[in-house]
Amino acid sequence: MDRNHLKRQVDFMKRSFLDQGYLDEQFIQLEELQDDDNPNFVEEIVTLFFNDSARLLQNIEQALVSGPIDFPSLDNYMHQFKGSSSSIGAKRVKNECTRFKEYCTAGNAEGCLRTFVQVKQEHAILKTKLETYFQLAKQAGPSGTSGGQIR
Amino acid sequence: YIGGVFDVESLVEKLLQQLASKQTILVNVYDTTNRSHPISMYGSNVSADGLQHVSTLNFGDPFRKHEMHCRFKQKPPWPWLAITTSIGILVIAYLVGYIFHATVNRIAKVEDDYNKMMELKKKAEAADVAKSQFLATVSHEIRTPMNGVLGMLHMLMDTDLDVTQQDYVRTAQGSGKALVSLINEVLDQAKIESGRLELDAVQFDLRAILDDVLSLFSGKSQEKGVELAVYISDRVPEMLIGDPGRFRQIITNLMGNSMKFTEKGHIFVTVHLVEEVIGSTEVETSSENTLSGFPVTDRCSSWKGFKAFSQEGSTFPLSPPSDSINLIVSVEDTGVGIPPEAQSRVFTPFMQVGPSISRIHGGTGIGLSISKCLVGLMNGEIGFVSIPKTGSTFTFTAVFTNGCSNPNEYKSHKINNQSNSASTEFQGMTALVVDPRPVRAKVSRYHIQRLGISVEVVSDLNQGWSNISSGNGAIDIVLVEQEVWDRDSHLSSLFINNFKKIDRRTPPKLFILANFISTSRTSATTSGDNTPSIIMKPLRSSMLAASLQRAMGVGSKGNARNRELPALRNLLLGRKILIIDDNNVNLKVAAGALKKYGAEVECADSGKKAVSLLKPPHCFDACFMDIQMPEMDGFEATKLIREMEKHGETSVEAYDNVSNWHVPILAMTADVIQATHEECLKCGMDGYVSKPFEAEQLYREVSRFFQSVPNGNL
Repeated sequence: MDRNHLKRQVDFMKRSFLDQGYLDEQFIQLEELQDDDNPNFVEEIVTLFFNDSARLLQNIEQALVSGPIDFPSLDNYMHQFKGSSSSIGAKRVKNECTRFKEYCTAGNAEGCLRTFVQVKQEHAILKTKLETYFQLAKQAGPSGTSGGQIR
Repeated sequence: YIGGVFDVESLVEKLLQQLASKQTILVNVYDTTNRSHPISMYGSNVSADGLQHVSTLNFGDPFRKHEMHCRFKQKPPWPWLAITTSIGILVIAYLVGYIFHATVNRIAKVEDDYNKMMELKKKAEAADVAKSQFLATVSHEIRTPMNGVLGMLHMLMDTDLDVTQQDYVRTAQGSGKALVSLINEVLDQAKIESGRLELDAVQFDLRAILDDVLSLFSGKSQEKGVELAVYISDRVPEMLIGDPGRFRQIITNLMGNSMKFTEKGHIFVTVHLVEEVIGSTEVETSSENTLSGFPVTDRCSSWKGFKAFSQEGSTFPLSPPSDSINLIVSVEDTGVGIPPEAQSRVFTPFMQVGPSISRIHGGTGIGLSISKCLVGLMNGEIGFVSIPKTGSTFTFTAVFTNGCSNPNEYKSHKINNQSNSASTEFQGMTALVVDPRPVRAKVSRYHIQRLGISVEVVSDLNQGWSNISSGNGAIDIVLVEQEVWDRDSHLSSLFINNFKKIDRRTPPKLFILANFISTSRTSATTSGDNTPSIIMKPLRSSMLAASLQRAMGVGSKGNARNRELPALRNLLLGRKILIIDDNNVNLKVAAGALKKYGAEVECADSGKKAVSLLKPPHCFDACFMDIQMPEMDGFEATKLIREMEKHGETSVEAYDNVSNWHVPILAMTADVIQATHEECLKCGMDGYVSKPFEAEQLYREVSRFFQSVPNGNL
């Protein structure tokens, strides 16, 4: 019974992420890729994402603070970051990235700095949320996070 | 002897009588010594008209001359015969001449007309050909940008939109898709007219095709409240060889028409072998025996006119080549029917029953004529019977070849790969169907049997209960028709209560087969854990399996994802695919997605590695390439690869003597603006997909180079 309860909690959490726009359909797609052959697929990808993105964010931060801003290379980094975020379905993060890129193309340094703060914020929020999510899922049991929706 | 007295006159008279046979001759004898005054010596003084014969008489008197005039007493009659005959001949000759003359005139005129007509005919044909070509060209030209529009709309759907915007986009998509299908129809018509339409010959599963078509229409049928059902006879083999796309087109067209014109009752599609049906001449169409209870037209009338079934037809080989399968498909509906005056025009292109039809229902009226041509290409015939206000039944035959090499295969009804695991899970279970209508129950039984479950049918709840409680046949699943359930809510709640009382480890699961969602019922009668789950009709084996799985908790989750887009799986199974992306996360996600469809995936993270891996010869079937990469981007890499393919041919011997290396390269792009179609094509790419993968788009792009891997189930 307890497990069921946990499972329901996990589902509820996921639902709320989707409703609040932190995650989108792509995340569900990822969960569907998970099966007995790859039981931790989603977690692995998300961990990989956060590692990768931490590095990218650092690079961007460096580029922003040190000397005259090199917009093309910033755009490059952000493109990478945006790509990864959409691959795992991190909706809000992706939206912030799009905004950043707009300012970047416009050459608006001030705008870039502002949105970058947002990007970092969303990134951090998502990280915490997903960490809690995966912990709960582990408790709920092996089939806790797999896609229960049949479409 | 002194002397005799002779009456000369009577003497002469008598003499003459002797001489002149029948005609009466008048004789006059004249003394013509004095020419101007002949003295009449004998004979009456009748005027001498007409012909007379004058001969001289010599009485021995040298001083006198005598003449004898003889003539016929009566004038010769008119030679009527001669006159009539000659007149007759004249008239005849005249008539003959006239006829001759008229004939020659007519021939000349007809020849003239003929020549004129030939001219006009040539002109008309040329115009027709020109029209078809024009239509085809224009349609093709329209189709390309239309696909572009649809593609963009699709991508738009994936971006951030609020509800109103999504609604607008969806509407636009709907219109766009309708336009594309219309254009495709017109193009088909043009192709058919110019005789360029060809049919494929690939292996396919008939049941899967009908499942697909069913799912296409299931939403609409539920909306309208029309019951949709499909039944395929067990004797139809699992795999057939033919053109699945065109077959599907015909069925979709017929079902679409039925759907348009039916507001109540049912649409029932049946597939049988011709041999099964050819014997039966009468099918009961009484109210109790139809699918939904509404009266239907007699389907036998729809194939009465088929040449293959007529007396002469039956003399053709009773045992056709053992491989060929002659199918007969019927689409029966209880719609408004076709008015008798319009029935002869039904298969004529661009003809619709009334001008308002295209306004109300849309469509151009080409569908049926295209279907007729396609049926003809499949060596079949198509016919229909329709009674206004009762409904219509359209029937067609088609000839395919058996796709199963083992002739005994067709006896087994395992469904294809996608739900193979499902069938093994349900194998050996028993189900009970409660349905008073035998036709409908037969359909339900067919679908359930496809999953490997054996089926019993009863016609009401009481009987059903006695079957369940009689214990020895352990029934695992009970399916009740909505109609039965609703009929008596007291009975149904009793049924549920009894269920709870069954003392078995796992009581049978209860399902209701429903046609349309009606919220008012069930909530009143049922509550708690034993609320029966609802399975929506039309029944499809895959969906049935899913609902059963969900309710019974059977089966690994793996099934869920394999059901989605089995078509993609068919395309990608076993293919070796290379993914290039400098972003690790993207790489892993893309690889995971492709592996899900059964492809063998290799990853690389730079353009340079891509170039080295794709140097011919290699064994990759396709490549997905990210565009924006540091050092060497996707475009550059592709250009280099294409160069290598062109120049590297001479060194290739290993791989099947392929003389033209061209590995399909698809661009992966997150930014639509960045990689437009032209850009991709310029550097030698074959298409693009968005990042992250979107199943439909992926299928569309990949299906351009990959043929389906046949569902080998041996």
